[in-house]
Amino acid sequence: MAAAPAPPRLGAVAWLRANLFSNWSNTVLTLLGLFLLVRALPPLFDWGVAHAVWGAADPDVCKAASGACWAMIHEKYRLILFGRYPYAEQWRPLLGLVLLVVMIGLSCNRNAWGLRLAEAWGAALAAWLLLMWGGVAGLTFVPNNLWGGLPLTLILTVIGLAIAFPLSIFLALGRRSRMPVIRILCRVYIELIRGVPLISLLFMASFMLPLFLPTGVSIDEVLRAQVAIILFSAAYLAEAVRGGLQAIPKGQHEAAHALGLSYWQAQRKIILPQAIAVAIPAIVNIFIGLFKDTSLVAIVSLTDLLLAMRQAIADPQWRRFFVEGYVFIALIYFVVCFFMSKYSQYLETQFRSGQQR
Amino acid sequence: MAASAASAGTMVHMQGLHKWYGQLHVLNDINMDVARGERVVICGPSGSGKSTLIRCINRLEEHQQGRLTVDGVELTNDLKNIDAVRREVGMVFQHFNLFPHLTVLENCTLSPIWVRGRPRRDAEELAMQYLERVRIPEQAGKYPGQLSGGQQQRVAIARSLCMQPNIMLFDEPTSALDPETISEVLDVMIDLAESGMTMLCVTHEMGFARQVANRVVFMDAGEIIEASPPEMFFNHPQSERTRLFLSQILSH
Repeated sequence: MAAAPAPPRLGAVAWLRANLFSNWSNTVLTLLGLFLLVRALPPLFDWGVAHAVWGAADPDVCKAASGACWAMIHEKYRLILFGRYPYAEQWRPLLGLVLLVVMIGLSCNRNAWGLRLAEAWGAALAAWLLLMWGGVAGLTFVPNNLWGGLPLTLILTVIGLAIAFPLSIFLALGRRSRMPVIRILCRVYIELIRGVPLISLLFMASFMLPLFLPTGVSIDEVLRAQVAIILFSAAYLAEAVRGGLQAIPKGQHEAAHALGLSYWQAQRKIILPQAIAVAIPAIVNIFIGLFKDTSLVAIVSLTDLLLAMRQAIADPQWRRFFVEGYVFIALIYFVVCFFMSKYSQYLETQFRSGQQR
Repeated sequence: MAASAASAGTMVHMQGLHKWYGQLHVLNDINMDVARGERVVICGPSGSGKSTLIRCINRLEEHQQGRLTVDGVELTNDLKNIDAVRREVGMVFQHFNLFPHLTVLENCTLSPIWVRGRPRRDAEELAMQYLERVRIPEQAGKYPGQLSGGQQQRVAIARSLCMQPNIMLFDEPTSALDPETISEVLDVMIDLAESGMTMLCVTHEMGFARQVANRVVFMDAGEIIEASPPEMFFNHPQSERTRLFLSQILSH
């Protein structure tokens, strides 16, 4: 498609010609796309909107309707969002969810990054755990095998990233270390972890680990899954960070050393800020993957968002409306992932404008 | 610390220095002393080991045999000594190597703050002083990517000076510059030379050598072929290889 660059023209017709009908193959693809849209959209609209059952309704009403049964979501949304957390206490995970979202929102501001924010996160996470567990201040105790739904998915992601990311930086630096022992250890770790699926790590953490522990010692189930997630994503993140490190020219190291900066000062002030800026797309890619991969904790019977939804549709009365359930949580996953992706684009332009402006 | 050789006025003392890259003998028995305040220009064909030589002085390269003492501190594998030397030796690179994610001012204050422990305001004042000295104080808030090559190199010089070094090393500081910006960098270097700074410059700017050098050193194939005052070096070169080199670079 090596067309000569046309002078920029304004107007919808010009835009259409440039982007959709620039040559015969594009024209064919555009028409094909239009045809598929025309075929697919109206039935989708009929199913999802026009003939759908909204609000509270009986399963029988849904059965009679030809469209989607959003009444199922209406009926079950608390079970989907909060899992088996005691019904009367579900204001607690809701509050916890709001707390997490507010903290994430605050963290998006680049100027807020620093020790203060880290402390705020520490406090927020402590408050979150207290809120979820209870057992103090008149809150009834809720064991964490009852935690579930969106709060569990989010907390596994947030804590997973918060610990895996710094860990991955050390792994990436270690893999490039001049000291053979450190280099080999990091390399073995990364290769071992990358060589197995997350599912098997989760299995090992949850079923094999207890076999090695002395009797009477048990590690919390959620914690075990969390550790598996951290170890897993740290290995992948380390490779993304290493990619960034490799993009930094040797002259930057030399200049830092010539100015008398120590290894750690040079990494912290000169190398890592540039390396991570380069690696943002790859890093965010892994963040997004991690968020979705938390749904695998279902196999060690933690009720994440996906499993909570599946438990919700186990109700025989509503079982046939599983598609609606999947659409609902797919939307939640999409919103979060889309946000992460947009935010990474914003960060990229921020870093780039910082260097060139 | 081994007893430092020569007089107290010796800033750099090299004795029987050797270095190999695999089979390649890049430094072959280098013996040279540089006195305090002395300006030495090192020249020679590419691959002659001249950059390697000055990079040994702040240990960006390691010598494998011989002794190298900088301002009384002998360079060995002792990291403390290496750090001590690097704090006192400034270096200007061919490709500037400014930190692109920091502003000009931040480039200049980073090391004084983190290595010398200067208070930020103090470091900024000092940085502005040196930026004025290299004649670009007005660029302090910009990022390196917004400056021309000549401006960047002047920032790099100011950045090194902010550590208030005793010795400045220049590794082909004008080779990557557009011809019209070379002079602005050379002017700053001449200015620096006149202030009494000890300087070792790897450069092909023979006009600069004539004007400021106390000594011109000619290297070829890892050896020092000839070292003499510029007058002598340019007008009465002793070695055939020096004559050949001079005729090649002065012919155009």
